[in-house]
Amino acid sequence: MNKGELHALLGPNGAGKTTIIHMLSTLLKPDEGTAFIGGMDVVKNAKDVRKRISLTGQFAALDEGLSGLQNLMLIAKLHGYSNKQARLIAHELIQSFDLLDAKNRMVVNYSGGMRRRLDIAASIVRQPDLIFLDEPTTGLDPQSRIQVWEVIRMLLKMNTTVLLTTQYLEEADQLADRITVIDKGAIIAEGTPNQLKTSIGKKTLSIRTRHCEYKRIRGILARQHALNVFQDEDPLVFRIPVTQSRLANDVIHTLLKNDISIEGFTLDEPSLDEVFLALTDATYGEAKK
Amino acid sequence: MNVTKNVNGSLDFWNSPPKSTSALKAISTFMWRAAQNTKNNLAGYVMEAVLSPVITLLIFSFLFGGAIAGSTHEYIQFLLPGILILTVVPLTVYSGTSLCLDITKGVFNRFRTMPFWQPAAILGPLITDGIRYTIALLSALATGLLLGFRPEGGVLGTVLAILFIIFFAFSVSWIFSTIGVLAKRPETVSGTSMMLIYPFLFASNILVDSATMPKWIQIIVDLNPISMVTVTVRGLISGAATISEISAGIAICVLFIIIFAPITVYLYLSKNNKA
Repeated sequence: MNKGELHALLGPNGAGKTTIIHMLSTLLKPDEGTAFIGGMDVVKNAKDVRKRISLTGQFAALDEGLSGLQNLMLIAKLHGYSNKQARLIAHELIQSFDLLDAKNRMVVNYSGGMRRRLDIAASIVRQPDLIFLDEPTTGLDPQSRIQVWEVIRMLLKMNTTVLLTTQYLEEADQLADRITVIDKGAIIAEGTPNQLKTSIGKKTLSIRTRHCEYKRIRGILARQHALNVFQDEDPLVFRIPVTQSRLANDVIHTLLKNDISIEGFTLDEPSLDEVFLALTDATYGEAKK
Repeated sequence: MNVTKNVNGSLDFWNSPPKSTSALKAISTFMWRAAQNTKNNLAGYVMEAVLSPVITLLIFSFLFGGAIAGSTHEYIQFLLPGILILTVVPLTVYSGTSLCLDITKGVFNRFRTMPFWQPAAILGPLITDGIRYTIALLSALATGLLLGFRPEGGVLGTVLAILFIIFFAFSVSWIFSTIGVLAKRPETVSGTSMMLIYPFLFASNILVDSATMPKWIQIIVDLNPISMVTVTVRGLISGAATISEISAGIAICVLFIIIFAPITVYLYLSKNNKA
């Protein structure tokens, strides 16, 4: 991993993401092998490693019986700040993470998104060289998710290195400089989001037409763009795998020119399922239809 | 919506981080945390520490007083020292429940990845609990005095007895801390602990003098650590404690700490929370 970058670990439930994070953050001793953070062995120099990392686990690491402010003060005091400094720091973070209105409310009454933000705030009381974010957006509503993304971008602006785990390809795509895809404890792919996406290949253009014209559409697209068309369970919906967004644009133009009336369309990134199928199963294309 | 409107690149306080945290600072921070938790839940705390000792004492003295000693007034003289123990021991279970809560709720993971003296997370709350014990003891003692209890050992004897009970409670709380680290859920801790506590509390000489019991039960009851400690407390509060009674009581406390403190800390440090 490079300094100041965000590296995403992408994988399904049970792939070993949390285990990796726990080993790197000194919570779990690896059965074999070694890992180094800033040149320090995570097993032999656990104490020094702890000075440079910060963990935001899968479940918010907060004391529910304390208020948001008190939680941040607790962490600041544990880092060695005086009571007065701890209070100032807690206030500044509460404000930065847009929790000012809820600062004196007990965390037990916080929403999922608020907990996440407070949790990440607690992770940066002391500037960490490396911050672990273990599925920070799992289970959040879309708005909270975007807020958490914003917080993560802020961390990157502060030149923090981030190791993020996620189940969502979109999240890795939005935030990551590099992505490692893992499954069953093994790395199955590695690269920048773009490298990975092109290696996985295709987006899917879904088109809904007014009339059922499968055969005609199939003919037109095979002739003009050499594309395959697959019919959905819904006879009015067709799926067309495309390699680039521009191609999707062309497809729609072609269809309109041929007087096919389009009711609506979407262009979907490959889902994580498809990524895995693609990476683990070479015959993915045929298997799909 | 802009969540992070006030942050531009860096936070001021990052530029002057403290060197490191002393063990003392870590302990006092955890004491502070326990105190804040208490403050946030004051109503429950008052119920537990102030009212419940009063109710326990009233129930036992009026319910059993007539049958056991002929009158409430006479019984209270025998009962009160034991009631102090009966009041405090169930409170020590909280040390285990709160430790388990930390571990299961994930705060543990953050603490474990921070560079402070780790046992502080266990020791700090145990020390703050001492305040809870003191309040409960004073509440029970005050009720006892109102009901006619007279400590023959005077102020000194009473103060020594109270201090000894707090020390005993501290040593017992290590047992429940061990259970707290081992248990998978906080509810298990309170369930298991109460199951463990009540036989010890009632098969003791707290409520009834063991001399009145059949021989074989008497042997069991007298060997119960709770009984031994009750003897020490009775001795101190009546000003008639022998050296052997005092040393037996202290030996039990020290034994509990020697066994369970290292076990708790070891289990805590080697615990990993697989999500």
